[in-house]
Amino acid sequence: MSNRLSSPSSGMAERDPGLGRVVTLDARGEGVLAIVVGGVWAVADGLADTDEIERALAAETITAVVVASESLAAADSTLAVFLARVYDLCQVRRLALDVSAVGGGGAALLALARAVPERAGTDRVKPSRAIVDRIGISTLKGMSEFDGQLRFCGALCRSLARLVAGRARFRRRDLIEVLEEAGPHSLGIVTIISALIGMILAFIGAVQLRRFGAGIYVADLVGLATAREMAAVMTGIVIAGKTGAAFAARIGTMQAQEEIDALITLGVSPIDFLVLPRVLGLALMMPLLYLYACGVGLAGGMLVGTTVLDLSPLQYWQQTLFALSISQFVIGLSKSLVFGALVAIAGCMRGIQCGRSAAAVGEATTSAVVTGILYIIISDAIFAILLEVWGL
Amino acid sequence: MTIPDTTSAEARIVVENLEMRFGRYLVQREVSFRVRPGEIFVIMGGSGCGKSTLLKHMIGLNQPTAGRVLYDGVDFWAGREPQRERLRRRFGILFQSGALWSSMTLAENVALPLSLYTGLKPGEIAELVSYKLALVGLRGFEGFHPSEISGGMRKRAGLARAMALDPDILFFDEPSAGLDPLSAHRLDRLLMELRDGLGTTIVIVTHELASIFAVADDSVFLDAETRTAIAWGAPQALRRDCEHVAVREFLSRGGTEAFGTENKRA
Repeated sequence: MSNRLSSPSSGMAERDPGLGRVVTLDARGEGVLAIVVGGVWAVADGLADTDEIERALAAETITAVVVASESLAAADSTLAVFLARVYDLCQVRRLALDVSAVGGGGAALLALARAVPERAGTDRVKPSRAIVDRIGISTLKGMSEFDGQLRFCGALCRSLARLVAGRARFRRRDLIEVLEEAGPHSLGIVTIISALIGMILAFIGAVQLRRFGAGIYVADLVGLATAREMAAVMTGIVIAGKTGAAFAARIGTMQAQEEIDALITLGVSPIDFLVLPRVLGLALMMPLLYLYACGVGLAGGMLVGTTVLDLSPLQYWQQTLFALSISQFVIGLSKSLVFGALVAIAGCMRGIQCGRSAAAVGEATTSAVVTGILYIIISDAIFAILLEVWGL
Repeated sequence: MTIPDTTSAEARIVVENLEMRFGRYLVQREVSFRVRPGEIFVIMGGSGCGKSTLLKHMIGLNQPTAGRVLYDGVDFWAGREPQRERLRRRFGILFQSGALWSSMTLAENVALPLSLYTGLKPGEIAELVSYKLALVGLRGFEGFHPSEISGGMRKRAGLARAMALDPDILFFDEPSAGLDPLSAHRLDRLLMELRDGLGTTIVIVTHELASIFAVADDSVFLDAETRTAIAWGAPQALRRDCEHVAVREFLSRGGTEAFGTENKRA
């Protein structure tokens, strides 16, 4: 760094040790502060400090500031930012600033940065950090979120009414696609999850029940838990993560790319056209998936029951049949129907509510899964209460 | 440069003192203009001034907070939904990105409006669809999905869909954005042919100067600063002698005298 300035004896010098940048302050009589910049200004060295200048401006009776360059070897935006800071400091103190003696295009860059006035009204109000404010804001957010869900449900009800009246418009192929995607394409994951859940239930039961010599009741435990609860809930959760998320991503992308606007302007309700086939498809397919998951779950339980406990498959099977009644399956079937509809509603709702950017599509997808699972658990709790009340 | 008389009978579209807001944020206010039947009308202005938003208010995607939009004297927002739907059926809209339905082929995209609103047989629809696609230079692309073709082609396919029902009013949101100069020129010619041949009224939102001067019969300029419409008339005339510097600057890419001296000083 041969081109570094030596600091004049009368002024204050600020120099970054080891860096190529030099800023020299020099009070030239008559209340003029001269700032001399030189050396190499590179963004790799970070931004230049202006504290020294601020102190100089505050301490002395300065009325004007002159910036000049001397042995300025190279300068990038860091010099322009430095000049902009000096400019701001001068603006605050209403000092005249002269940057005409700065080489390297610094003055031109500063002029360019200041040429277009800040667009009025672009300042965002920073969210307050006060606890009361935050509670208020999140309450309002929650209310508008709930309002959005109610609105969507209302629109869906109207759409269902149109379906009953035979006036809802959607493509049959969309419905078939949903059936295919939720049904055959989900069998693999449903098989794995259901079999493992059946086996886990059997293991837990076997360990406990064997101690009382009641090992045979593992079949009851697995059968009841699977048919009443686990098959429906687990398929619901799997489908929420798989199909519900796919719905949100698909519809959200359509929203982001104005495809939904194109439907509306054509006079086609996006609820009819996009949501209805998905809700119907999933509500139809979920009970079938449930029956399949029941079968696989019971088989998984039987596998563990017959290997861990000394039960013959026939014994286990008879005990299962003895424990289960048709009503257990009816309960499970109705649960799965409701779960299917809710997962589809959550997915489609998040898609329709999606913003118009790629990031918003991602958020909609995540939110669809969370909402779907939440709906499943809440409705399962309601089922539990109702079944208790009805004594089923 | 006076505010046009929006009460005249020969207007196809009248926009009257329209005010648009997003929540508390004011986009534009007191926007008024009229579009005569069979003309190409351009809504222009700098980026972010609310041109596309104005279009969305005109086609009924957003409801204005004040003011009216009239089609042949019928107030779009005063009536009930069935009336709005009837009006919408007269529109053809080309969205900024084309907005083709991504799960459908090009042919299905163009066919959907036809199958919804006409009693045509599938064979007849297919024939019409092929004709419309050929009109925008996409003959043979019937079976392609939107993801398989280029942005310019998507835009043209969007135009074919917008024209599917032979609408009497066509709306275009930035039609030449993202098109190469030759495609943009072809699109301009197509617009003029639609106007001359079918008498279609065309409303375009754009800031492409070449396109504006090539096709516009009339225009309105939305100012981002004052958030309202400040100039009306044929773009050539506005470039020459509009009282607002902002408009002259816009139409001459900043090449007016006032801006020139400022440039030199900097």
